[in-house]
Amino acid sequence: MSSPHGGRLIDRLIPPEDRPRVEEEAAELPAVQVSEEMRKDFESIAYGVFSPLEGPLLGGDYRSVLERGRLSNDVPWAFPIVLDVPEGAASSIGEGDAVAISQGGESFALLHVEEKYGLDRREHAQRVFGTLDGAHPGVAKTWAMGPVLLGGGIDLFRETPGMFPRYRLKPKETRFLFKELGWRTVAGFQTRNAPHLGHEYVQKTALAFVDGLFINPLIGRKKSGDFTDEAILDAYEALMRHYYMRDSAVLVTLEMEMRYAGPREAIFHAIVRKNFGCTHFVVGRDHAGVGSYYGPYEAQEKFREYPDLGVTPLFFRSFFHCRRCGGVENDKVCPHGPEDRIPFSGTQMRELLLRGERPPREMMRPEVVDAILRHPEPFVR
Amino acid sequence: MPEEGSDKVSISIPLSLYRKIEEKIAGTSFSSVEEYVTMKMENEFPAEPVYSKEEEELIRERLRRLGYIE
Repeated sequence: MSSPHGGRLIDRLIPPEDRPRVEEEAAELPAVQVSEEMRKDFESIAYGVFSPLEGPLLGGDYRSVLERGRLSNDVPWAFPIVLDVPEGAASSIGEGDAVAISQGGESFALLHVEEKYGLDRREHAQRVFGTLDGAHPGVAKTWAMGPVLLGGGIDLFRETPGMFPRYRLKPKETRFLFKELGWRTVAGFQTRNAPHLGHEYVQKTALAFVDGLFINPLIGRKKSGDFTDEAILDAYEALMRHYYMRDSAVLVTLEMEMRYAGPREAIFHAIVRKNFGCTHFVVGRDHAGVGSYYGPYEAQEKFREYPDLGVTPLFFRSFFHCRRCGGVENDKVCPHGPEDRIPFSGTQMRELLLRGERPPREMMRPEVVDAILRHPEPFVR
Repeated sequence: MPEEGSDKVSISIPLSLYRKIEEKIAGTSFSSVEEYVTMKMENEFPAEPVYSKEEEELIRERLRRLGYIE
C-alpha cells in the first residue's frame, strides 16, 4: 500500500464527544459562507483525502503550487485548493482569527485563519487551466471567485451523510479494507461514466499487474447529458457482479467536483487515490480534459515532472473494438485500419440509450445496459 | 551495520545505477540520490496505518455492514 502523500494521513475531524462544545464556539464566530462543492472539499481535507493539506492553502504554498506544481516544502501538489471570499466578508477577518465555515444555513467547520492574501484571477486561470478562455468551465469559475483568499487549518465538526452513504469510505477505511483483502498493490480508476468494454479492458489490464482495483467514480454536480450518479453506480455493480473476480475490485464514491484542469488535475487525482491507499493510478486519454484545451496525452506527459509522486501511473491509449482481431484493441497493438475499428463512442452509446435502444455487445455488456435502462432517466437533464 | 549514534546505515549500489538516478532527479525536488532511493523504499515498505482496537472494530463492522468484507 502507498504511504499517505506527504507521509501522514491528515485527520481534522473533531471527535464526536467534542463536537457540541466546538459547535457552541462556532456559533459565536463570524461566519464565511461556502458552496456545496467547497464543503465537500473541506470534508476531503478533514478525512485525509487531500493529505498533506490541513486546510485551504497559505499564500506561500499557493504561489508555489501555481509556479511549480509543488507545495513550498517541495511535496508535489498540482491543483490549488483555496478558499475565496468576497471583499466585504474579508474586511472583518484578520490573520489569527477563527471563523465558522457555513453552508446551506449550517456551520460545519472552523477555519483558523493564518493568512489572508489576494487572488489574481488572470494568473490563477492561466497557470492552472492554461487558458484565459471564459468558455473553459474552470476559467469561468475563476472569474467568479472572490478577490481574497483565506489560508489556514480547519476543524470539521459536522459531517454530511453523503449522497450515497453505502459507497462512501474515508481513506482510513479504504486502507483498512485493502489490508483485509490482502491487497499489497492497488490501481485507482477514476470515472464519470457508466462502463463500456473499453473501460473494462483498461481495468482488467491494470488488474493483471496489481492485486486489486479501486473503482472511484466522482459523484456530484454534472453536465447536462452526463450519466446520473445512480446509473453509473448500478452499471458498475452489474459489471462487477457478472464480469469481475470476487474480491478483485471495490466500488467507492468520491464526492468531489471536476475542475477540468487536464494535466494538473490528473496529478491531483493520482495524489487523492494515493491517499486512499492506491499504489497505481490509471491515466487515460485526455484525463480531466474538456473541449480541446489539452493535448490527448498531455496529462500523461505531466507525470514525467513528478518522479517523486509515490504512486505509479498506468498510461492507456484509447481503445476500440477491432472486427478483424475480434476484440478490444488499441492502436499500439492492432495493425488493422479504421475500416475494421469500431470506436467506443460515448456520444453514440448515449444516443442509443436515450432512444431506449441497446448498444451492441461489442460496446457494452448486456447486464450493464439492463442496469442503465432500468433507470427511467439515466442522464442528467 | 548502523553507525553508532546514528539511525541510518550505508548501503552500496552499482555506480552506473547511481549515475542514472542522478540524471533522473536532476531538476526535481530531490536533493540527493539517497533521498530518492529512500522515497522508493518507503513506498515499497510503507508505514502501516495505526488503528486502535476500538477503531479497528468500528471500521471492520462498517465494512461488513456495507458488504465490502464478510
